[in-house]
Amino acid sequence: MPKMPARGGARTLNDIRPGGRVRIRRHHSEGAVRQRLLDLGLMPNVVVTVVRSAPLNDPIELKLEASNITLRRREAITIEVTSEESES
Amino acid sequence: MSKRDGVLVALAGQQNAGKSTLFNVLTGARQHVANYPGVTVDKKHGQYGDDVGTVYTVDLPGTYSLTSFSLEERVAREFLLGDRPDVTVNVVDASNLRRSLHLTLQILEMELPSVLALNMMDVAEGRGIEIDQAQLAQRLQVPVVATVGRKGQGREALRQAIRGESARQAETPKPPPAPVDYGQLEPAIAQVQQRLAPVKAIADLPQRWLALELLEGDTQAVSILVERLGETAARPVREAVGALIDAFEQRQGIEISDYVVGCRDRAIERLLKGVVKGADAGRTTLTERVDRVVLNRWLAPGFLLLTVFAIYQVSIVWGYELTTYTWPFLAKGRELIAGVLPTADFLVDPYLRSLGLWLVDSANTLLNYVPIFLGVFACIAIVEDSGYMARIAFILDKILHRFGLHGQSTLPLILGGVFAGGCAVPGVMATKGIPDNRARMATIFTVPFMNCLAKVPLYTLLLGIFFVEHKSLMMFYISTMTIIFALLVAKLLTKTVLSGQETSPFVMELPHYHLPTFNGVARRALERTWQYIKKVGTVVLAVAVVVFVLLHFPGLPDERKAHFAQEAEAAIERFEQALAENPYRDLATGANLVPLVNYYTDYKRAKLTASGAAGSQRVTERFKERNAAFYPLVKRGGDRDARQAARALRKLAHERRALRKQMREERITHSVLGAIGRSMEPVTQFAGFDWKINIALLSSFAARESSVATLGVLFQQDDDENASLEERMGEATRESGATALLAVSMILFFALYPPCLATTIMVKVQTGSYKWMAFAIIFPTLLGLGVASAVYSIGNAVGATGIEAMSAVYWGAFVLLLIVGLLSDRKASRLLRQRFSPG
Repeated sequence: MPKMPARGGARTLNDIRPGGRVRIRRHHSEGAVRQRLLDLGLMPNVVVTVVRSAPLNDPIELKLEASNITLRRREAITIEVTSEESES
Repeated sequence: MSKRDGVLVALAGQQNAGKSTLFNVLTGARQHVANYPGVTVDKKHGQYGDDVGTVYTVDLPGTYSLTSFSLEERVAREFLLGDRPDVTVNVVDASNLRRSLHLTLQILEMELPSVLALNMMDVAEGRGIEIDQAQLAQRLQVPVVATVGRKGQGREALRQAIRGESARQAETPKPPPAPVDYGQLEPAIAQVQQRLAPVKAIADLPQRWLALELLEGDTQAVSILVERLGETAARPVREAVGALIDAFEQRQGIEISDYVVGCRDRAIERLLKGVVKGADAGRTTLTERVDRVVLNRWLAPGFLLLTVFAIYQVSIVWGYELTTYTWPFLAKGRELIAGVLPTADFLVDPYLRSLGLWLVDSANTLLNYVPIFLGVFACIAIVEDSGYMARIAFILDKILHRFGLHGQSTLPLILGGVFAGGCAVPGVMATKGIPDNRARMATIFTVPFMNCLAKVPLYTLLLGIFFVEHKSLMMFYISTMTIIFALLVAKLLTKTVLSGQETSPFVMELPHYHLPTFNGVARRALERTWQYIKKVGTVVLAVAVVVFVLLHFPGLPDERKAHFAQEAEAAIERFEQALAENPYRDLATGANLVPLVNYYTDYKRAKLTASGAAGSQRVTERFKERNAAFYPLVKRGGDRDARQAARALRKLAHERRALRKQMREERITHSVLGAIGRSMEPVTQFAGFDWKINIALLSSFAARESSVATLGVLFQQDDDENASLEERMGEATRESGATALLAVSMILFFALYPPCLATTIMVKVQTGSYKWMAFAIIFPTLLGLGVASAVYSIGNAVGATGIEAMSAVYWGAFVLLLIVGLLSDRKASRLLRQRFSPG
């Protein structure tokens, strides 16, 4: 599991390698994209695991509490994350 | 809908919650599909009866929530608000309650009397999840029913709960109390509610819900307000709401919609505390273990290819084999109808006979595909139900997205027939699931480029005539060029005419694997096949009649008719002379002559189609029974006189056939369709198409199947002939100087040719616009004609053979595809690097 820097150097879901577990900090997307992400359970403070990326590297698959979600890297890059331990 | 007897029930639920399956369980077979007014979303409704009366059920589109961001959500919400169903059945995935309840809370906030259906209970139990249903019902204050839609479990309990809830509602029409406490937002909600309360124009709407939506800045809620109150009266309300939003967001430092989602999530957490046990997120599920292999970076493409190959093998290859068993039934049907229709005259058939047989032949050509369709649709239902379809989208999205399509374009393209065999009608229908509008439109316009089942016969025909040596190479080109063309065209369209269309993100769930049930698969396969047959029954037969009329009128000029009559007389006279001394003379001439010739041709055809010695024997028996006196004249052997008479009869039949053929050719040349075909020659000559081919291509717009049927008629065989169309067309086209290059030109045109009539109608339904429908016809016509003309003219100029021209086109398109793909990839990764820097 990759080590996360404690503070600063904001990371996005796009930076997380398969196997990494992170906590969602906030969304930088708007409107329909943001709504969709929230609807599927990608809410701030939720812990997600990056499961794998597709054979051509994009999209990626995430594991949430009870479901698996796939999204493109262009959406993943709008989701800011922090290390699993830090609770906002 | 305000006055109705019976109860109106709406089924609402998130995608992958098994809502449609439960709908089928609830209503049984009595259901219809219509459209919601003005939009392209399916409205499935059905009904059932219980002890009290009729219950009308509507299956709302699957939605994750009830905002106004997506079309499905708007449609679902409008229905719930406008039609106010007596009971809303909220179908939730019991194994994923936490996420599912977000929608439940929104439904309850709309003050809709509800029943909660805990579906997929078996999956939840399999994962060791225990749900205290009584406790959940108590906390939510709605009835809770456990169901397993796939196994049909829980139907009666659900029906009773629906009836109970509607009865309770009739007695004390009071919604359950507000399910969520919005904390810091509550004062703002109360203020907006206070402003709204005295307004009569919105008295029928749930006030708290409307206040909340307005505060969330929901565009549809705002437009409802403006619509009901009028622009001027709504303005002060909107301004007040705006001020409240600003104040809240400044104070809390969070957007209201995010805050609302957070409150709901906490409410759900409280609701589920002590209700759900054993939801162990850390456990590795079977799905995860399967995906480790199936979605493995290196193995995934292999599994995908294997799946597509299996689909192809089962549906196309085995399907074709199956048609050899089903075809005899269709042929028998034709024989039966031919026997009922008025009998053939010596030279001209009565219209009723020729039209009747024409229709039977058209229908048979299409019905012949039914086994293949059943196979294709069953395979696809299995892939969909198992959950693998979403994985296909996951694997292929990168490539498809690069060309302006979407991972979910895969299903429509497979249905359309990526490799060989499919149908554009269900393909275009299946684009409905694509959430990205621009990619959806691009998919709609490229699905018709796939190799639909009806294109295959023409390809087979042309390959059989012109590419006997290169058949497998040509087959490879044809079955893979579809996707090359489709990707290039999709890219072209998204960069040009579709560039203004709305796009949306690729964010979707990878559902857990399920074992498909036999009933579910069979039901879907039959449903889709039935759609296809309905198309045969209506559009194609109607068009067959039109083509028949266009081919038969105005008919031959009188002096040519007289000429043929004279020729026929002469032939009959020669026959009579040959039999002058023969004891069979009386039997074979006069009133008996036409029945005898018909008997002969029927006998020959029956012998040819009979299978094996036993079948041949049966034919003999049948014809002996039909007319024992005629029989000695048609069978082999017999006494000397009979042999002589048989020889004369054979000669007469041959002459009759030649005359009929000549007449038909002249009739078609003189016909309306012939005139249309000839009038197009100045344009189509560059592609090498003469009027006969023009006619075939014209009629193929009505239904692709018709192209081969029409070619079959243009190169028609006589009743007793059984040469294959390949032989006949090969003979006729080689006579007229046709080359393999022309065949390539035809194949390319046919690959790019506009969708058939039924598909264009489906394009209208799916795009909701006649403008796009017209585009779906005109664009491919120009493209097809352009490509075919270029290939034929250039190929002729440089003296290329057919296979050379085809190879050049194929590899040229392939290289172009690589260039476009690589360019857009570099651009995309540059954009991704630039676009966003958080923090």
